[in-house]
Amino acid sequence: MSGRRIEHGGRVDRSRVIRFTFDGKTCSGFAGDTLASALLANGVRVFGRSFKYHRPRGVIAAGSEEPNALVTVIRDEARCAPNLRATQVELYDGLVARSQNRWPSLDFDVQAVNDLLSPLLPAAFYYKTFMWPRAAWHKLYEPLIRRAAGLGESPTLPDPDRYSQRFAHCDVLVVGAGPAGIAAALSASTSGARVMLCDEQPEFGGSLLDEPTATIDGKASGDWVRDSIATLRARANVTLLSRTTAFGYFPHNLLGLNERITEHLPAPSANMPRERLWQVRAARVVIATGSIERPLVFPGNDRPGVMLASAARTYLNRHGVAVGQNVVLVTGSDAAYSAALDLRVAGVRVALIADVRTDAAGAPLDTARQAGIEVVTGATVLGTRGRLGVREVTIGMLASGAVNDTRRVECDALLVSGGYTPSVHLFSQSRGKLEFNEARQAFLPSISAEPECSAGSCRGVDGYAEVLNDGARVGAESALAAGHSVAAQQYRVQSREFSMHGLPGVLPQANHLQPSRAFVDFQNDVTTKDLALAMSEGFESVEHIKRYTTTGMATDQGKTSNMNALAFVAGELGRAIPKVGLTTFRMPYTPITFGIFAGYDRGDLFDPVRPTPMHDWAVQQAAVFEDVGQWKRARYFPRPGEDMHAAVERECKAVRAGVGMFDASTLGKIEVVGPDAATFLSRMYVNGFATLAVGRSRYGILLRDDGFIYDDGVIARIAEDRFHVTTTTGGAARVFGMMEDYLQTEWPDVKCWLTSTTEQWCVIAVQGPRARDVLAPLVSDVDFSAAALPHLGVTQGRICGVPMRLFRMSFTGELGYEVNVPSDYGLAVWEAIHAAGQSHGITPYGTETMHVLRAEKGYIIVGQETDGTVTPDDAGLGWAIAKSKPDFVGKRSLARATMHAPDRKQLVGLLTADPRVVLDEGAQIVATRGQRAPMKMIGHVTSSYHSAVLGRSIALALVRGGRARIGETLYVPMPGGEIPVQVTATVFYDAEGARLHG
Amino acid sequence: MLLIQCPYCGLRPELEFAYAGQAHVARPADPSTTSPEQWAEFLYLRNNTRGIHAERWRHVRGCARFFNALRDTTTDHFLATYRAGEPMPAIQAVQQP
Repeated sequence: MSGRRIEHGGRVDRSRVIRFTFDGKTCSGFAGDTLASALLANGVRVFGRSFKYHRPRGVIAAGSEEPNALVTVIRDEARCAPNLRATQVELYDGLVARSQNRWPSLDFDVQAVNDLLSPLLPAAFYYKTFMWPRAAWHKLYEPLIRRAAGLGESPTLPDPDRYSQRFAHCDVLVVGAGPAGIAAALSASTSGARVMLCDEQPEFGGSLLDEPTATIDGKASGDWVRDSIATLRARANVTLLSRTTAFGYFPHNLLGLNERITEHLPAPSANMPRERLWQVRAARVVIATGSIERPLVFPGNDRPGVMLASAARTYLNRHGVAVGQNVVLVTGSDAAYSAALDLRVAGVRVALIADVRTDAAGAPLDTARQAGIEVVTGATVLGTRGRLGVREVTIGMLASGAVNDTRRVECDALLVSGGYTPSVHLFSQSRGKLEFNEARQAFLPSISAEPECSAGSCRGVDGYAEVLNDGARVGAESALAAGHSVAAQQYRVQSREFSMHGLPGVLPQANHLQPSRAFVDFQNDVTTKDLALAMSEGFESVEHIKRYTTTGMATDQGKTSNMNALAFVAGELGRAIPKVGLTTFRMPYTPITFGIFAGYDRGDLFDPVRPTPMHDWAVQQAAVFEDVGQWKRARYFPRPGEDMHAAVERECKAVRAGVGMFDASTLGKIEVVGPDAATFLSRMYVNGFATLAVGRSRYGILLRDDGFIYDDGVIARIAEDRFHVTTTTGGAARVFGMMEDYLQTEWPDVKCWLTSTTEQWCVIAVQGPRARDVLAPLVSDVDFSAAALPHLGVTQGRICGVPMRLFRMSFTGELGYEVNVPSDYGLAVWEAIHAAGQSHGITPYGTETMHVLRAEKGYIIVGQETDGTVTPDDAGLGWAIAKSKPDFVGKRSLARATMHAPDRKQLVGLLTADPRVVLDEGAQIVATRGQRAPMKMIGHVTSSYHSAVLGRSIALALVRGGRARIGETLYVPMPGGEIPVQVTATVFYDAEGARLHG
Repeated sequence: MLLIQCPYCGLRPELEFAYAGQAHVARPADPSTTSPEQWAEFLYLRNNTRGIHAERWRHVRGCARFFNALRDTTTDHFLATYRAGEPMPAIQAVQQP
C-alpha cells in the first residue's frame, strides 16, 4: 500500500461510491474519479507492463500525456476499447478494466524475461537480428514479433455503436479550458462573437482545478471556474464542449474535434452516438493548450511510484488521493515544490526535496524548509530500488561537476519534475514556426501560418495572473479580428505559485556507463543507451534518431519524452538544442477512434445505392442484380431451377419471338432547351441536329476533342427549342459536366440551358414483334401506325392516364418502344404494361439479355467496344458523322491522317469454328497459328455471348485493319490451345433491319 | 480542407469543388485552320508549374459554374479566384506577404 484516499478535500463526490473491477478484482472509488485516481486510492502501483521489456509500470501522469497506464475497458465483447489512458477513463458503476501486455498477471509476467535479455535487444534490434535466414521472416519472426509486441487487443466483433459527425462555424474557437482558455472565451464572447470552447477533460478549469488555494478577483479558483463556465453557458453565442479533444489542425482554420459522448456513462442510451467528430471552421483560433511537466531521466526512473510532481498534486487536489505516504521530490523546477508542500499539508511525510540545480534558492526552498522539509541542492538521482514499486532512491550530491556523496532515502513515491514543456502540438500542426527560447528552455510559437494565436502557458507565459490576462487579451484580439470589438478584462490573482522553468535532459551520473537503464520514452521503452547507440552508429538527424530508436513514436506522440530526447541528443552531439531541431508534431494529438471518421458512412450508407422505381418489383420477381456505378440493375430474372444461362436464353427468345420489357431508367437524360439548343448539340455531337425534325430522334455520338468516342445515346427533338438527350448509364454525370464545360467556357454566347433529368424519367423499354399490341390499348393521344410513328419517331401522349414521352427505338433490333413517364408513376405503369402483356407472354428481361440482343445486332456499348482510343469510323459508325458541319467536338482530330490509317483497330464480328465455343472477353487475337510468345497481337475480343436466336456463339472484336479481313480466319490463343475464328461483319442477325421497321 | 472563394457564391469548403485543369487554354475558334502542332498543343500540352498556377475549378456541388483561380502549388494557397472570361489578375497584386 502506498497511495491512499485522504480524509477531506478534492473534487470527488464522496457521497457517491462507485464500484468497478480491475483485472477481475472489485474495487471502489468516488464519482469524479478517473480509473487512475481510484486505483491509486486502492493502493495499486503497477498499472501495466511496458511495450518491449515488459517491465512493471505505474502511472506517471494525471492527464492525456500518460505513457504507461494503458488499459482495456470492456463493456461487452464488441465494446472493448484497448489502449485507453487510465488517467482519462472516468469511473462509472460497473466499469470493467483490464491491464495489458502481461501474461499471466501484472505482478508476474512471463515475457519480463525480455528485460533480462535487454542487452540483446538494443535499438533497432529487429533490423539486425531477424535478417537470417530470409525464409524465416514470414513464418517465424514476423508472427513471433507481432505476438510479443503491441499493446492492447482490438475487439473482434463489428463496432455496434453509432458515431456522429458535425460541421460547425464560429468566430473564435478556443482550444483548452484552463485559465487562459476560459479568460479568452469570456472576453471574446462578451464582444458578441460566436465562440466555441473545447477541452479534453470532463471538467473545465484545467490547472486551476489543482490550485484550490488561489483566488481570482477575490473568488476561490474553483468558484471562479464554476461561475465563469456558468456565464459562458448562459450566453447564446457560446458553445461549450467538454470531453472534446482538438486532435488536428487543418488548412484554413479547420480543426478536427473528437467529442466523447457516452464513454463515461454506466449505461449509455442506445440512441446516443458514442462519439462525435466536429469539423470546426473558425475565423480565429485561440490555442490555450497549457503545458506538460517533463519527467527526469535517471537510472531506474520507470519504477512504479516514480511520478510527475504535477500529477501527484492533481491526484491530491482533485481526487483527494495521496500518491504515497513517504515521498521524495526530485526537481529541476520551482513549480514542483507546490506538490511537496500540498502533500505535507495533507499529512504526507516528505522525506526529502532534492533539487538538481546547484544554484537553487529563494521562495520555494524557504517555504519548504519552513514547513520542516529537508531540501538539498545540486543533487542527482543515481538509482532506485524496489521490485514492483519504488522503495528507495539513491541521491548523489554534485560538487564541481562530480558526484562525491551518495545517500539512500526510503520512499514509496518519488516525485519528479524537469519543468514544463509548452504544448505547441496544434500550433505546429498549423505549420506555424517554432522558436527555441533559451530562458524557458522550450520551443515557443513564433510565426503563425494560420489566423490563430496562442495564449497562456502553451506560449511560455508563467503565473496565473499573467496567464489569465494573456487569455483575456488574446480572446479580445481574436474577436476583434473576427469583427467584434471588446476591451480585455484585467484579473487580480492571489496565489502561492512558483516558476515553471526547468531544465530538459538527463541527470548527471557518477559513471557515464550506467549498469541500469534510464528511460527517455516510457511507452516505447527507449533508453539513453538506445539514443547513444543510434548516434554511435552515425545517426545525427533527430528525425533519423527518432525512427531508428522509435523515441516519440508511440501513441503518446512523445508528449513527455521529446524534449528530454532532444536535449540528450544535443548534449551528446555538443550542439545547441535549436541546432538539432525538432521532430514534426503529427495529428492526432491523442489517439482517436476510426468510428468518428467512418461516422454515418457505414453499411447501407457507405456508398449511396440508386434503385430504379421498379426495383422492389424486380426484387419480388427474384431478379439477380448487378451494380452499374451506384445503380442496381436487374441482370436477369431466373425462374425456379434456371441458372443465368438458361434464364438469358429464355429471355432472349421471348423478345425475338414475342415481347419483352426492360427497365432502362438508369440511362442518363439531359434536357437541352433554348433558342440555340440545336446549334449547341450540333457542336457537341458528330451528328447534325439542325435538320432533325420535331418528333424525330437520332443516334448521337459524342467525342472528346481528341476524336475518340466518349459517349453515345439517342437525341430526340421534342420541340423546336427542346431536345431530350440520353446518355449511357455510367456516362451521365461526366457527359453533363462536359456539356456544361463547353457551354459555360467555350461558347458562352450559345443560348441554351442544360438540366439533368435522369432521375425524373422512368424508362420502360417494350421490345419485340408484339410490342405495339401490348402498348396500344394502354395509350391515349398516340397514333401507333408505322407511318405516324416510324423507327426513331418520338411523340407525347398519355399511358394509363399518365403523361408520357414515347420513343420508338430499339436496342434489340426488334420493333421497340421506350416509354418515358415521370418516375413517381414508373412502377404503376410498369405493372400495368406487365399485366396487359400477359396475354402476349410478355417477359421481363435484364441487362445480360439486353447485352446479348444488342451484340447480335452489332450495336456497341461505350466502354466495352470502346476504350478511349476508338473513333466513330473504327467502330463502324462513320456514317453518323455530319460531313458538312464546320466544327464539332473532335472534328479537328478526326482530320489527322493517322485517324484514317488502314491498319487501325476496327470493330468486326467473330464466329468461332466450333459454334459451342464462347470466347473470353478481353482475349487477344493473332493472325497466324503456332506463334511463340511474345506473339504479334492484332486485336482483342470486346464482347462474346452465346446467341439464343442463332444457336451459336458470337463475338465482337477490335482487329487491326479488321474490315479488310472479313472472311479471313484468325486465332485466339488460349491456355487450352488456339481457337480459330472467322472474321465477319458486326451484324449477326437481321442484317437488312426488316424487324426493326416492322 | 481548404476554403475556396467561388466568384458566384462566396467562400465554400473544398469538398464542394472539382478541379478542372489549367486555365486560359482557349479552344481555337476555328480548329480546322490549326496546324497539327497547334492542335496537339491545345489538346495535350499543359504547364507543370511550381508556384503560381492559373487553373480552372468548378463549384460542382454548388452553383455548378466553372471559374478560374490562381493557386500557389507550393503552399496550396488560393491567391485569387475570378470568373471565366475575366482577365487573369496581376499576380503581384494578390500575392501573400
